Amino acid sequence: MSALDFFALTGAALVGLGSYGLIAIRHLLRQIIAFNLIGSGLFLFFGAAAVRGGDSDPVPQALIITGIVVALSASALAVGLVVAQAEASGHAELPDGDKASDGPDDAENAT
Amino acid sequence: MSALVILLVLPLLGALVAVALPLKAGRLAAFFALAGSTAAALWLTVQVAAQGVIRLELGGWPPPLGIALEVDGLAAAMICMAALVVLCVALVALPIMAPDKAGARAAFGFWPLMLMLWAALNSVFVSRDLFNLYVGLELLTLAAVALVAIGGKPAAITAAIRYLFFALAGSLLYLAGVVLIYAAHGTLDIDLLAQRVAAPTDPLALALMTAGLMAKTALFPFHVWLPPAHAGAPAPASAMLSALVPKASFVILLRLWFEAMPDLATETALLIIALLGTGAVFWGSLRALAQSRLKLIVAYSTVAQIGYLFVAFPLASQGSTGVPWDAGAWNGAVFLAISHGLAKSAMFLAVGQWMMVTSSDRLDDLRGMAQAMPMTAFAFALSAVTLTGLPPSGGFTGKYLVMTAAFASGQWGWALVMAAGGLLAVAYVYRPLALIFTPGDVARGILPSRAWQALPLLLAGASVLLGLASAPPFDLLAIGRPVAAQDGL
Repeated sequence: MSALDFFALTGAALVGLGSYGLIAIRHLLRQIIAFNLIGSGLFLFFGAAAVRGGDSDPVPQALIITGIVVALSASALAVGLVVAQAEASGHAELPDGDKASDGPDDAENAT
Repeated sequence: MSALVILLVLPLLGALVAVALPLKAGRLAAFFALAGSTAAALWLTVQVAAQGVIRLELGGWPPPLGIALEVDGLAAAMICMAALVVLCVALVALPIMAPDKAGARAAFGFWPLMLMLWAALNSVFVSRDLFNLYVGLELLTLAAVALVAIGGKPAAITAAIRYLFFALAGSLLYLAGVVLIYAAHGTLDIDLLAQRVAAPTDPLALALMTAGLMAKTALFPFHVWLPPAHAGAPAPASAMLSALVPKASFVILLRLWFEAMPDLATETALLIIALLGTGAVFWGSLRALAQSRLKLIVAYSTVAQIGYLFVAFPLASQGSTGVPWDAGAWNGAVFLAISHGLAKSAMFLAVGQWMMVTSSDRLDDLRGMAQAMPMTAFAFALSAVTLTGLPPSGGFTGKYLVMTAAFASGQWGWALVMAAGGLLAVAYVYRPLALIFTPGDVARGILPSRAWQALPLLLAGASVLLGLASAPPFDLLAIGRPVAAQDGL
């Protein structure tokens, strides 16, 4: 197995790990970390998969750096929102999925 | 060409300056940026209509190394619509987002976020590079999510988090597709991809990108984040979120399926897309019927209206054979997108103006608003005409084009979906309209000025004008249209 395959497989494993975390864990901070794991896995895979014909390609490097900046700002906003949510409701989890997503008017009626 | 640069740079510059300056000066700067960019948008549209596609290669580097920007008819039409909507939103927002009404934080944050959102939209409309589109989409998402949360109410924060998570999942799916495409072809330029040698990973990449973009467009069944987010944001923000933000990912979908990889548009794939659109039309309309708050009705109506855009997909793309109804269905979908943008922003702005008076959007509290604020009520009613697809509105023209294509191609089932969606729309706009036009007493002391009330009417009127004078936008859309076939049936 070449080094490139190793990088690509590690990237794939990170994506899998992140996807699992996203589905299985309800704590919002951990979900943000799961998003970052998937993103990092994709970037690692990108770096490995985009090497063509032995030469390293500068374009993916530029794209990955841009992507990391984008992911960082998204994570910052997400953490800020989670902090606001935790301050308002006392815990860093979203209220029960089905009810909140499909009947926001019911929640309003109750208050 | 310089108009294009101004359109991309000036809103971002305005946003930065608005953050740096104190509230009043920042707002003034935002309006300067707004005026300049709107002028640039209109000038750009005139230029495209006169000379055809405008192309700009950043830094003089041609693709695949550089990034190309291109304003074709579709981009120009979207840019023009977005400029009109943002301009009216900003003017309506002036009193609604004042510090004493909306709170100091929302009053400060609204203007830079509005400009950021607009800059991101413009960049998505003109970009020809898949990764550049990704960055534009992310900027759009961050601005949109922040606009949802800006009010600071717990329900709005929850809605914003849910929106952000859906959008992030969509971004990652899209990014995964981009990675696969770059690995296979070594380019992300849409025009170069159109001439690529097909690779075995292409269908997977297109599927990943499409799923991600659907989540961002809020196509059924990925729509659950939309109603609470759009209903929880301040009304001027909702107007932009509902009218403009889903259109960005929709335009990327059009570019992917009709420009970059039209060869992958198989019958089954298009059938799935259109079936999801059908689900959106029915589910969104039925949920809209069940709501008791006007903002939620309008938000669920967005879910339904987004469905129409996707129902047109199997009619507009018959591969490279170029059947004569292709162009009609493609035009119809874009007409529907533009008229929905104008009508939906008019509706949300009308609701925002009423909420200034009643501070509630419950249907029962809106009784008699037509007496108190007749112009706003007229704007709401005109937008309802467009959403239900009655002539002579832009919504009618769009539906007519798609339905003609459906009958011409023998796929009349999609025409039934459009017709049923129209009937359901009549049902869900009837309830608010009936209540607004029933006599009732509304506090009359604090009614806003007539000129301010006329702004939603301007947008609603534009959505009707799109149907009355449909020839100029029709010609504009033909510039650089990917669907090869000729117009007219």
